[in-house]
Amino acid sequence: MNEFNLNRRRLLQGGAATAALLTGEPLFNFAKAWAQTAPFKPEQGAKLTVMRWKRFVESEDKAFNEIVAAFQAATSTEMNVFSESFEDIQPKASVAANTGAGMDLVWGLHTLPQLFPDKVIYMNDVADYLGKKYGGWTDAAAKTVKLGDNWLGIPIDTGGNYINYRKSAVDKVGFKEIPKDFPGFLELCKALQKNNTPAGFALGHATGDANTWLHWALWGHGAYTVDQDDKVIINSPETEKALDYVKALSATFIPGVTSWNDSSNNKAFLAGELYLTGNGISIYVAAKDDPTKQDLAADIYHALWPVGPVGKPSELQTVNPMLAFKFTKYPNAAKAFITFLLEKEQFDKWLLASRGYLTQTLNAYENSPVWTADPKNAVFALASKRTLPASGIGHPGEKAAQAIADFIVVDMFANYCSGQADAKTAMANAERQLKRIYRT
Amino acid sequence: MADLAIQSKTTPVPSRGVEAWSQLKVNRNWLGFWFMLPAMAFLILFLAYPLGLGIWLSFTDTRIGRIGQFIGIENYDWLRDDSIFWLSVFNTLLYTSIASAIKFAIGLYLALLLNENIPFKAIVRAMVLIPFIVPTVLSALAFWWIFDAQFSIISWSLKHLGLITQNINFLGDPNWARFSVIFANIWRGIPFVAITLLAGLQTVQPSLYEAATIDGATRWQLFRHITYPLLTPIIAVVMTFSVLFTFTDFQLIWAMTRGGPVNATHLMATLSYQRAIIGGSLGEGAAISSAMIPFLLAAIMVSWFGLQRRKWQHGEAND
Repeated sequence: MNEFNLNRRRLLQGGAATAALLTGEPLFNFAKAWAQTAPFKPEQGAKLTVMRWKRFVESEDKAFNEIVAAFQAATSTEMNVFSESFEDIQPKASVAANTGAGMDLVWGLHTLPQLFPDKVIYMNDVADYLGKKYGGWTDAAAKTVKLGDNWLGIPIDTGGNYINYRKSAVDKVGFKEIPKDFPGFLELCKALQKNNTPAGFALGHATGDANTWLHWALWGHGAYTVDQDDKVIINSPETEKALDYVKALSATFIPGVTSWNDSSNNKAFLAGELYLTGNGISIYVAAKDDPTKQDLAADIYHALWPVGPVGKPSELQTVNPMLAFKFTKYPNAAKAFITFLLEKEQFDKWLLASRGYLTQTLNAYENSPVWTADPKNAVFALASKRTLPASGIGHPGEKAAQAIADFIVVDMFANYCSGQADAKTAMANAERQLKRIYRT
Repeated sequence: MADLAIQSKTTPVPSRGVEAWSQLKVNRNWLGFWFMLPAMAFLILFLAYPLGLGIWLSFTDTRIGRIGQFIGIENYDWLRDDSIFWLSVFNTLLYTSIASAIKFAIGLYLALLLNENIPFKAIVRAMVLIPFIVPTVLSALAFWWIFDAQFSIISWSLKHLGLITQNINFLGDPNWARFSVIFANIWRGIPFVAITLLAGLQTVQPSLYEAATIDGATRWQLFRHITYPLLTPIIAVVMTFSVLFTFTDFQLIWAMTRGGPVNATHLMATLSYQRAIIGGSLGEGAAISSAMIPFLLAAIMVSWFGLQRRKWQHGEAND
């Protein structure tokens, strides 16, 4: 648990002067001016406790805390931020929802607010205000947090995951860029294998990486776990095609992908053994920050996921929503904080500090400086536009979240690719598990 | 709880309260009962209650943060046909039996060795404990690197010796993965067995060995007819604990493979965690955990009845 208390205490003592010092004049000045005209006025003596997921990049965390400090100073709202690891967010938020005590705000993952829709404050006015001001919300982001017409939370950002590749290797096997279709992509991977510069994607229990690329392959073939009415439709000819495609693809991979977790491809790529993989921007950032890896950093490029037979992007990117619980005593402060966070003066800086890890969910930020600060960031700007909700075409909610947590799609592919089951058996197994989760 | 019990008894007939109090002075059993009460309350609160709650949960469809409905044996019914559950049962039994047997063999050997007069005895004994002292997650991470698909030191060494051309797929191939996690578990578990057995060895009276040596016993006979029979009670206790720890192992697997590849190393404990905490189905996870109870009870029974037998306590001929 990363306590932010030290900062908070210092701020409480030093007040505005310290805040200005910490955050720099401009941010603080804006905060003060914003507080005057803000659509949501925090209650007198408001106190907010925020739970967020543990940072990936230090600079992102720092920028977030600066925004928190500026908000605190300008609105006299006492802020307390603590972080938890990714996996602990959901259980802790669920317990808070159920017991009616704990934190006021949670910045979580995927469809978190859908798990307890009657325990959260509707954010319709916040969504309205921000959406109008900043060019509307992306489709997937809105779907992820909406129940009917109501916003159960605000999608703060999307974590992008794209093709990372070594340009020199791809050039050498005769490709100018990453092919935009599935057959072409398979050819590229075959050529890379032949050249001894293999590609590799996780087929193990890697929550982020494995789910991302396997759902991409599944959805790209027009196959889904469930349909619009949450009826299980995994056992289909389309799924079989996806299985065959992934099997052909995995035959070209570097050995050992069935044991990979989320960090394995980062390690192998940075060590120069892996030449193409699917990942967040972390590999590139790590190479950039390492003085001994400048050559590698210069050779790393990013590309969009190819588009499958279905004819439109079929990516799975994580939406990170923020929600406020009904039991909070300061609903207006909560709304004000979320709004403040997403205002241009803060959000541009925050995006920049996050170096491509975070992608906006508000369309106007597509032109945010972060996407041009380094041309190699640009691909990640599209993450929220090209993704489907985690539920695919089904209803976002706990059932979809559980299917992902239980690695049903991942295991179906891994079973088939490792030769432990034929396509029929692999699909039947997945179908059986899904039917159990989606039982009514 | 204790107060309530005594109140309900005392209020209707006040004289009985006095009687109970005066009984304390004369009746030792009555006094003993009151001395035991705190311990009983403790056990009920921290052992029986969670166990009961876990079993109750397994009959409901509780999800994290939400009260569930009673659904009878639906969870168990589902698990009965769940191939992943049965795979985890198989893995758990395999993991426990192989790891426990090897831990016992090597542990006993080490204990015998450390019982001899060797140079730097104290230091060597302390060193044997190291695997036990290192936090499990740390050693699991170390093994994760040792068995890494790309950076395994073992693959690297064998490659440089020219024995293999390809990295061994330690955690990616089902059988290799099972081998790897069992190996890590053995490494961690040996010190416990070795040090406890060593303690047992030191209680054996040297005069027995002297007498036997004078009678012309060989070293094997010394072990077989003196050391082993006198050690059996300790062996029973140590192995019960060892089996229980191994059967319920979680950290090693979770840090090394998360149950992969394709569930080949999922133990019942890890599967239960994945379904209950990560997936949110507390009821189903509780059912998997509860399914471990019969196995654990069986392990305890074996040692319990074993310990009852005089033969185990006092040597074979003393039946």
